[in-house]
Parts: sequence; C-alpha cells; structure tokens
Amino acid sequence: MKIGILYSRIRAEEKLIIRALAERGVAYELIDVRRAVFDLARPEAWRAYDVILERCISHSRALAALQILDSWGVPCVNNARVAQVCGSKLETTLALLAASVPTPRVQIASTSEAALAAIEAMGYPVVLKPAVGSWGRLLAKINDREAAEAVLEHKATLGSYHHSIFYIQEYVRKPDRDIRSFVVGEKTICAITRHSSHWITNTARGGRAENCPVTPQIDQLSRAAARAVGGGIVAVDLLEMEDGELLVNEVNYTMEFRNSIEPTGVDIPGRIVEYVVEVGGS
Amino acid sequence: MTTLTCVECEGEVEAAADVMVAEILECPDCGAELEIVSLDPVTIELAPEVEEDWGE
Repeated sequence: MKIGILYSRIRAEEKLIIRALAERGVAYELIDVRRAVFDLARPEAWRAYDVILERCISHSRALAALQILDSWGVPCVNNARVAQVCGSKLETTLALLAASVPTPRVQIASTSEAALAAIEAMGYPVVLKPAVGSWGRLLAKINDREAAEAVLEHKATLGSYHHSIFYIQEYVRKPDRDIRSFVVGEKTICAITRHSSHWITNTARGGRAENCPVTPQIDQLSRAAARAVGGGIVAVDLLEMEDGELLVNEVNYTMEFRNSIEPTGVDIPGRIVEYVVEVGGS
Repeated sequence: MTTLTCVECEGEVEAAADVMVAEILECPDCGAELEIVSLDPVTIELAPEVEEDWGE
C-alpha cells in the first residue's frame, strides 16, 4: 500500500493524519502541491500510488490535481467530483436540492441590480456569500436595503470575477450555535456544536466546540448530504431552525478537525486513515 | 528545539524538534506567519498570504 498525501501546508490535521498512518505502519509520501507537476500524457509515476489523500488548502489547486488524477484512474479521497461540488456553494446547493436534502433557500443573481431585487423579494436579513470560499470569510449579513446597496457596490467594484455571481441565502434564525458532523464513508462518526455569540460560528473564527450526540436525525441528514455531494470524507454544517428542524448549510471536503477530537473523544484522523486505506485497497 | 530568527522582525522563533517542512510557525514578536522550508538546517521564509480560495 502506497499512499500519497497531497498538501500545501502541514497543519495540525496533517500531522495528526501522518501520526495515524505511522501508528498503523502504512507507508506514505508527502507531496507538496505547489511543487507538483503533472505531465498530462505521462501518468505512470502517479499511478504508482494506491490512493491519494488530498489535503490542500487551495481549492483551485486541489481541484485541478484531482481532475487530472481522476482522469488517470488514480483513486483519490476525496475525488474530483466531491471537490468540485463542495468547493462551490452554488453546486453544493444544487446537489442538495437534487437529493431533496433540506437546505436554506438560495437565490443567484449576476448583477448588483438583480441581486438587490432578489434580496428585497426574499426579505431582510439575508446572507451574501462568495461562491467560493471558506473559514467564514467574506460573508455578509445584510440587515437592510442600505447595507445591501453598500455591500453590492463594494463587491462590484472591489471583487474579483467570481464575486460577479451573487449567492444570496436566507438568514436562518438559529440559536448561538450550529452543528458540524463528520462523515467518513457511509458513517457519521461524530458531531460537535460550535458556539458563538457572533452569527458566524466557524471555529476558525473563534467559535467554541462541544460534543454533540449524533441523533438519528443528525445521522440521517449528514449521510444524505454526504451522498448528495458524492460521498467520501466530509464535514457537514447543519443549522437548527426554531422549530427543531435541521438544514444543511455547507459541506466541506478537506475538513479541519483539530478542535473536534477532544470534545467528541473520536479518533478522527484514525478513522480517516482507515477509510483511505480501504479505498486504496479496493 | 531550534531557535530561529524571524525574517520579518528578527525576533526569536522556537521550532519544535519534530517540526516538518511546510509547517507554519508564528513569530511571537511580530505575528508574522513563517513557513519551514527545509530541515537541515531548519530554515524559514515568510509564508504566502492567505488566498481567496483557501479553506477546508
């Protein structure tokens, strides 16, 4: 078994995965995506890997590498389809809706004028999100028309080309927390609640993590969301509505988990490694 | 433990014995993010700025 770990930074997560591989005596090679070169007609060197575990921070670099490796038949965790769907909030929402997975209402517009009309029709507050992005960055909760006009003008003037697609999501009045569940293969292995008095609850933004028992509802919804985006290893962000219903907000394909091992007591890197070995051996 | 010099402010930065290439250290003096670029000897460079498509 030869596992390649495609990475761009060695974070706490990568060190934990490397330790889990070493504990199991699994051979691995670290491949820095910034230095990797893919000669598109010469796949031999890459086909020597039984499986590639993709752990890049950059979505564009990860997706390009996975598309090439997929085309060569090299098994990857996650595969290119999962990366493509999860890396785009638009594609994620489409995949969830196609699979009848409950998710907040979203409208897409391509000009500031159309976006403003969509926001007014949806009613305040709404959340504006970049179509590509993570860690809670560049999210804007729009409380009124003046804020909408200001943020839309800023996006149109300062944003790069992918800010020209406006992803407008209904604001879900949730408690001061959301739920993140971890799905590995077909199993929901654990979940945390992320608490924050701020409406953005990402632990990358300071949200506090606590264990969240995996109820049948969380399990069913998490696995449905994972299936909708193509399976593999994903972290599912769930929002609780006031009536107790859950909505799938986002699905992350290169999940961070350093803050979730201690509260859940689940060996997340170990479960990741076991799954990757299973994919590589199949 | 290896003591390094921050390339931004020349402050002292400690690297653990098991540090790895591509790991990020933060300078305690100026807060700069520093990337380990080699191990023998341990050397650091300023880490790339966070890019828009970075995430999980």
